[in-house]
Amino acid sequence: MSFGVPRGIVKAVIGPNGAGKTTLFNLITGFLTPDRGQIIFRDEPIQGRPACAVAAKGIARTFQLVQLFDHMTVLENVMVGRHRLTRTGLFGGILRTPAMRREEAEISAKAWEALEFVGLADRAHQPAGFLPLGLKRLLEIARALASEPRLLLLDEPASGLDQIESDRLGEMILTLRDQGLTILLVEHDMSLTMEVAEEIVVLNYGRLLAEGPPRAIQKHPEVIAAYLGSDWQG
Amino acid sequence: MNLRRLANPWLIFAVGVALIRLLVANDYYFTLLNIIGINTLLVIGLNLLLGYAGQISLGHAAFFGLGAYTTGILTATCHVSPWLALPAGLVVAGAAAFLVGVPALKLKGYYLAMATLGFGIIVSIFFNQAQELTGGPSGLTGIPSLQFFGLSLDSPERMFLVIWPVLGVILLLSANLVNSRLGRSLRALHDSEAAAQSLGVNTSRAKLLIFVWSALYAALAGSLYAHTLNFIAPTSFSFMFSIKLVTMVVVGGMASIWGSLLGAAVLTILPELLAVFHDYEIIIFGVILMVVIIFLPRGLVRGILDLWEFRRYKKEGGNFPVS
Repeated sequence: MSFGVPRGIVKAVIGPNGAGKTTLFNLITGFLTPDRGQIIFRDEPIQGRPACAVAAKGIARTFQLVQLFDHMTVLENVMVGRHRLTRTGLFGGILRTPAMRREEAEISAKAWEALEFVGLADRAHQPAGFLPLGLKRLLEIARALASEPRLLLLDEPASGLDQIESDRLGEMILTLRDQGLTILLVEHDMSLTMEVAEEIVVLNYGRLLAEGPPRAIQKHPEVIAAYLGSDWQG
Repeated sequence: MNLRRLANPWLIFAVGVALIRLLVANDYYFTLLNIIGINTLLVIGLNLLLGYAGQISLGHAAFFGLGAYTTGILTATCHVSPWLALPAGLVVAGAAAFLVGVPALKLKGYYLAMATLGFGIIVSIFFNQAQELTGGPSGLTGIPSLQFFGLSLDSPERMFLVIWPVLGVILLLSANLVNSRLGRSLRALHDSEAAAQSLGVNTSRAKLLIFVWSALYAALAGSLYAHTLNFIAPTSFSFMFSIKLVTMVVVGGMASIWGSLLGAAVLTILPELLAVFHDYEIIIFGVILMVVIIFLPRGLVRGILDLWEFRRYKKEGGNFPVS
């Protein structure tokens, strides 16, 4: 299988359960090492690198099963997002050097910005574990955004969200795209996918079934047969 | 506003130490306080590792022992200045932690517990067997007291004035650490290693760093211990003591710097107060550990704070995080 993600677009990966969508995400973000093949990010092969090294290159992600730092506050969760862009180490941290304080001020300012973007600023000082699921998903996005990624991978961001939350998420994704962020999305919610994605990749049993703009995908006979079901109406 | 300023924990700590110094006039109590201070140092270090980063060590007594024996042997046998022996103890314990940590921290949960346990037992056997170096089971005698500008710190009262200010500084540095970039990444990897990595945290490096750092606390405590008692024996650095340290962390509070002081104080004083402790020490520590883990899994301080927060946020429809 081979496909590309052009800069500045929203691309969706769809496919039936077990198609390999999350595996694909784990391969890109370094949580899994491919047996063969290449993953090129900004002209550089990144396959087989540890997850933290991939993240350092500017690829951020969210998780299908939300992975928050439950015992830290909402704000602290987002502050961890700044990790790749900051430098303070052990000694700066224990001695609270002026450089460290400056960096902390910047971390917290950017974290507040990300929280305001997703609308969680009023919950900043609550432990993240206390949030309801919809807000947890937003917090995960805010945390990823705080790392100022070049590519954002969203793994089923709308699952567990109600219609209003899901619509808000769609708007948010489009806003981010307009700001120049490249987004790769795995989503089961077809209306959301069709609304935000400019290009769609369809996977089935680890193979690439089809690739193209939403309209073409909706009409693709193999896709309809394999995934959407033969009675599906575009 | 003024009252609030007075409630600063650091001020309370400093005033408390000064008051204790003025009020206590008995070597027994000073010795007890010194042991509490030394245990607190150990417990803060272990808490950074266990409570904050979520990595267990059942071999922390070994680092304590390496610090104590390095200092003891260098000063008593080789007549090196204690001020040079102290950093040597830090280097030895830090290097041991690095060598053990590289392979051991690849393990998780029970397996990490077993690996560090094994290390602790090996070091303990070494202290017993290497008689020419360590004096064997009968211990190492003749460790000199610290000298400070010609003043010999040879009484428990004088050592109190070294140990507690040092402890104050370590408490402050540790509180800074947990609220820094590194501290946040440690707490983050405790809750979700995958998410921490996805944000660029090199989790293996962070775990190794805090493992070595926490061993340095233990080595510092070991050096102070050797100079306070002027005598060390392998029983002080046995597996049982590692378990006691974990109990102190758990009772005082996982992920709580001040809880470390509480846990160390309570579990150092209890055995002194209750004679039954001498016969049933292992059983009592075991029971305390079990009860706290079952009912307040994050320790006394955190447990009570959690209950309070839970009541506050219950209304808002969130779910209570499971420890």
